[in-house]
Amino acid sequence: MEFKLTFKEYNEALKQNKLLGLKCSCGRVSSSPRMVCPACGSTDLQVVELKGKGKIMTFTSIFVVPEGREPECPYVIALVDLDEGAAIMGNLSSVDPNKVSTDLIGKKVKMSGNAVFAGDKYSAGEIARPLFSLES
Amino acid sequence: MRKVVALGVGMTKFSGKQDKTAVELLTEAAMDAINESNIKPKDIQAMFIGNALSDFCEGQGQPHAFAADALGIAGIPANRYEGACASGSAAARDAYLWVASGYYDIVLAGGTETAAKMGTPLATRTFAMFSDSRYEYASGLTFPGVFGMLTNLYSTRYGIPMEKLKRQLAQVSVNSHYYGARNPKAQFQKEISIEDVFNGIMVAYPLQLLDCCPFTDGAAAVVFASEEKAKKLTNKPVSVVGIGQSSAGNLASQKEYLPRLRAREIASKQAYDMAGVKPQDIDVIELHDCFSTATLIALESLGFFEFGKAAEAVEKGKTKIGGKIAVNPSGGLKAKGHPIGATGVAQVYEIARQLRGECGERQVEGAKYGMTDTLGGDGGTIVNLILKKG
Ligand SMILES: [Zn+2]
Repeated sequence: MEFKLTFKEYNEALKQNKLLGLKCSCGRVSSSPRMVCPACGSTDLQVVELKGKGKIMTFTSIFVVPEGREPECPYVIALVDLDEGAAIMGNLSSVDPNKVSTDLIGKKVKMSGNAVFAGDKYSAGEIARPLFSLES
Repeated sequence: MRKVVALGVGMTKFSGKQDKTAVELLTEAAMDAINESNIKPKDIQAMFIGNALSDFCEGQGQPHAFAADALGIAGIPANRYEGACASGSAAARDAYLWVASGYYDIVLAGGTETAAKMGTPLATRTFAMFSDSRYEYASGLTFPGVFGMLTNLYSTRYGIPMEKLKRQLAQVSVNSHYYGARNPKAQFQKEISIEDVFNGIMVAYPLQLLDCCPFTDGAAAVVFASEEKAKKLTNKPVSVVGIGQSSAGNLASQKEYLPRLRAREIASKQAYDMAGVKPQDIDVIELHDCFSTATLIALESLGFFEFGKAAEAVEKGKTKIGGKIAVNPSGGLKAKGHPIGATGVAQVYEIARQLRGECGERQVEGAKYGMTDTLGGDGGTIVNLILKKG
């Protein structure tokens, strides 16, 4: 049985600022692709476009980075609780990494674009992630 | 399932980068465990070895096979387990199961890692491989980052102001170093203060350097035997009475439970139920304190304190020897060190010696039940073992 939404399809869409997810016939929405619905066990999943709007569930600022990510340091990562019900990880582009606090939690954000990790010798190619900014 | 005894245990000194290879360290720990078991290497019927990263640390695959050969028992089956930082515990659990099932009588479980050899940038990169490489590493996620996020969520969810929580978290590291200073095999045998923690560099907000465990080289081993075999070999038996293991997907997929890690609640319930005990029956635990916050999350998920109350319990001394539950008398991952594939087996090493009463000034007096708790990745693999004196 084939994956309904592969990483390649997800990644190519995200590079065009389209955030794809899966919606089960039971209503459950997932961000990262999967074969089986974690809520009901069904394989009746449809590809849907997510709006990229939600709230910051939690966040961190990274100051010690992995090999190959030095030019990006420092940066803010957010786990965003999307309006459709799934969570997704991305970077928070409109916040100074040196001025973060837990006040960020619960703030409304929207996807403002994407950024692409060009990849290293371990990553099997380039990988996009969503960028979020605070809604004013 | 028949009763299984943890016979001899062995552990190398844990340290920063050192000259010995992962195979050499594993073979040394295994030989110590074999000698302490009053058996010969040829009595070992199979080897189950935790190792996560020796490919990256040394360009070495299948260290288990080479260690078997170094021990003179190249003919036996040997397997490697990769469950990130819980690799060693997954190996120990399976070693237990093979003996409990009756298929083997004597099995060696071990773990080895030379993560410090990689240096911080590559070690940070390879540890991050235990997060979701497609959907979460793209954002630059690191392991301190995972626990930085859980710390911020913990503060908000339980209404503990960050300034207060930071002080309580620092106390976790202070406790670990207090016991590490009393463990001759620990990587850091030096006490630290809360101020020392506050003076460290910021790694992943709000976690600073001394909120984080180090990169470590080291190995550990334990010989499991059937009760019948063990009777003739030891007069200080320690038996495995409960096991549990569980898995989880990426951090986003765990949304409903965070900052709790559901895999730990599933695994520990299995172990408690099998052993027929409750958290209050446990006298000593070696738990997975990869980051200061990880200790709080573990203490709560394991049932020692109510959700949101572990930070206060640490501050009040309830997690020290003589408190409600003796936590990480070895110094834990923070001070003893965290050679990831070896960590779970090193936890078994400490608990076995605690239950035998061999831990000197860090001994938990009269300990009858001990537990191990090992977390792989951001909840991807969690293993719990419960051991009993006798
Ligand atoms: Zn469903």
